[in-house]
Amino acid sequence: MANYETVVVNTDLLIVGGGFAACGAATEAAYWAKKNGLKVVMVDKAATDRSGAVAMGLSAINQYVGIRDGDNTAEDYVRYVRQDLMGVSREDLVFNIARHVDSTVHLFEKWGLKIWTDEEGKYVHEGRWQLMINGESYKIIIAEAAKNAIADAGGELYERIFVVEPLMDGNKCVGAVGFSTREEKFYVFKAKATVIAAGGAVHVFRPRSVGEGFGRSWYPPFNTGSSAYFTMKAGAEMTCQEVRFIPVRFKDAYGPVGAWFLLFKSRAISAEGGEYMVERRDELNNWAPYGLAKPIPANLRNYLGMLDTDAGLGPLYMETDEAIGKLADAYKDDPKAFKKKMKELEVEAWEDFLDMTISQAHLWAAQNVKPEEKHSEIAACEPYFIGSHSGASGAWVSGPEDIDTPYKWGYANMCTVDGLFAAGDASGASSHKFSSGSHAEGRIAGKSAIKYIVEKGSDPSVDAAKLEELKAKILAPMDLFQSHCKETTVPEVNPNYIMPMQFMHRLQKIMDEYAGGVTSAFKTSKALLERAMELFVYLKEDSEKLGARDVYDLERCWENIHRMWQGESHVRTMLFREETRWPGYYFRSDTPKMDEDNWHCFANCRWDAATGEWEMIKRDIVPLPGV
Amino acid sequence: MPSYVIVEKCDGCKGQDKTACMYICPNDLMVLDTETMKAYNRDPSMCWECQCCVKICPQQAMDVRGYADFIPLGASCTPLRGSQDIMWTVKFRDGSIKRFKFPIRTNAEGTADPLGGYGTHDDLKSEALATEPESLGLDAVPTI
Repeated sequence: MANYETVVVNTDLLIVGGGFAACGAATEAAYWAKKNGLKVVMVDKAATDRSGAVAMGLSAINQYVGIRDGDNTAEDYVRYVRQDLMGVSREDLVFNIARHVDSTVHLFEKWGLKIWTDEEGKYVHEGRWQLMINGESYKIIIAEAAKNAIADAGGELYERIFVVEPLMDGNKCVGAVGFSTREEKFYVFKAKATVIAAGGAVHVFRPRSVGEGFGRSWYPPFNTGSSAYFTMKAGAEMTCQEVRFIPVRFKDAYGPVGAWFLLFKSRAISAEGGEYMVERRDELNNWAPYGLAKPIPANLRNYLGMLDTDAGLGPLYMETDEAIGKLADAYKDDPKAFKKKMKELEVEAWEDFLDMTISQAHLWAAQNVKPEEKHSEIAACEPYFIGSHSGASGAWVSGPEDIDTPYKWGYANMCTVDGLFAAGDASGASSHKFSSGSHAEGRIAGKSAIKYIVEKGSDPSVDAAKLEELKAKILAPMDLFQSHCKETTVPEVNPNYIMPMQFMHRLQKIMDEYAGGVTSAFKTSKALLERAMELFVYLKEDSEKLGARDVYDLERCWENIHRMWQGESHVRTMLFREETRWPGYYFRSDTPKMDEDNWHCFANCRWDAATGEWEMIKRDIVPLPGV
Repeated sequence: MPSYVIVEKCDGCKGQDKTACMYICPNDLMVLDTETMKAYNRDPSMCWECQCCVKICPQQAMDVRGYADFIPLGASCTPLRGSQDIMWTVKFRDGSIKRFKFPIRTNAEGTADPLGGYGTHDDLKSEALATEPESLGLDAVPTI
């Protein structure tokens, strides 16, 4: 076995991840840990200043409820999410996040984030729930507060440690294991409670881009399904694993369209000039009641555009020139004011890209795009797993304790596994939390986990033989490579192992062609999904034949195993749900209609470590009382 | 090749235990070649073009050449990140240039107070998070 030293870290609370939810958990948990004499350890696979989905920055905060100013209530937010997700959301969780998210945003402002304000000092909205920010350093600021909180409480932050697996003691999570990506060290974190907040999943499906552009996904390529793998391997029940998200963005570089739709009031059209949201309006009747209420769910807006694309009416375009022209009309009698307004809008449009999708600014510059002169292409991206946005996949977690619901088993945000808490992309059916809500949910989970430790915490019991077994399994790809790499003139092509990139291509080919990816126009069926499951049998067997030249390859091997589990649970759950409910995310051509009578429910799944079997479970959707 | 390193400018962060780009890359792509003492992107096809490496490089030795599969040559978006602002120079393929300056934070680096100066409490059992309800701007945490 590779000669890796084993390092054991003992803590009370372990936080796995480093993005917004993890930073929220750390910031809140550190406060309560210090009061109760407990230790907090956070483990990030990258550098927390720039780790996770907000690494590049963001140009808006997408969840601010505005309860303080009477703009909206948390109940309003519950109704909004219910509608957008076609009636499938854990309303207790959505409510819990919505009632706390404003305090998170107010803290962000105190920490140094520049939130735009008007002459009266009120936040500038991009939409009903969205605030404009100067967010290039959004992640750095949020990481700074978390790091300061951890340091103040005497906790520890470990960077560049890749957590692979949960440590289990029966149905109780007692920590995690992983390895350093910088030193030859195997890490064992023993904890009384664990918060998993390690992001969503990208590159489970084949991206549109090829070659060099392979990494240009909308959600970042370093979100590799580690949260879903962790909770599934712990034996936790999962929810909404079928609810992927497909954003429609500027084509290829995937720059944000929110400012163009919401601020500039731009229209989207087909190449023939038709506005699909108008011309295909009747289609929305087929998706009542959700299709007929406002705002029209994101997946249905996608779907109407996809119908144009399928009909050969592409490319689809964002009418940037028309939008700017209309704005110009409003100033036609005052050229000076128009010039000033145009300058302001130009700066806003470019900042929107430069803050969060620099490639889009690069693409526009490389194509000499002047948005006031010519429209720009938009397209549906590839599917992603992002329970924090308009997807919903993640762990099935306990709801807030003060609200009367059937979804409670003790501690807020605890999975169905004892001592394991989930937040952000790791927790499911609580969509539309975005950056701010993920942070708020992290805070909820952080406090809840400390409460669990104070009331029920016990020293973790870890079997030494099991640890050695895990260490051998995790390092195996390096051993396998070393055993055989000299047998072929090109070590990467060898009958004894498969390299991580090639393994990823195989996973993506299955998902893309059978499970409704880009090249199958987001369509799948029972027969296609069953064929995918047949191919998964070989893929899973071959995952034990991954080879790694070095620790970098080892990181990529395990990331791809994480992706594979996300992919398998996705296929199984799409197969289980015998209807089409989110046609703009995936369309099951053998069950092309929504079936409210039988499928207005959660589709959950659970992998049993003892038997290796999957259990598929229907769970009732119970609306929040009075909402 | 998404992010790339300019040979003439890279000094390997002067032989420190890690280079700035290795430290910051969210996808663990940057490596120091210890023979040449120059950094390189080991897997451009996994690069998100987030420019975290470009922004942090003390030598301005890094830039991005857009993804070859869909970005025509000749353009660049070059950041110059200070402690309070970021300056962007956007060069178009046709040679024209736009320059933008945006604020990045409102206070000094390192000064974020986790509790934001809000009042706190001791009740571990309540729904109120550490700084609530004051940080909500309400008298109490809303419930049903």
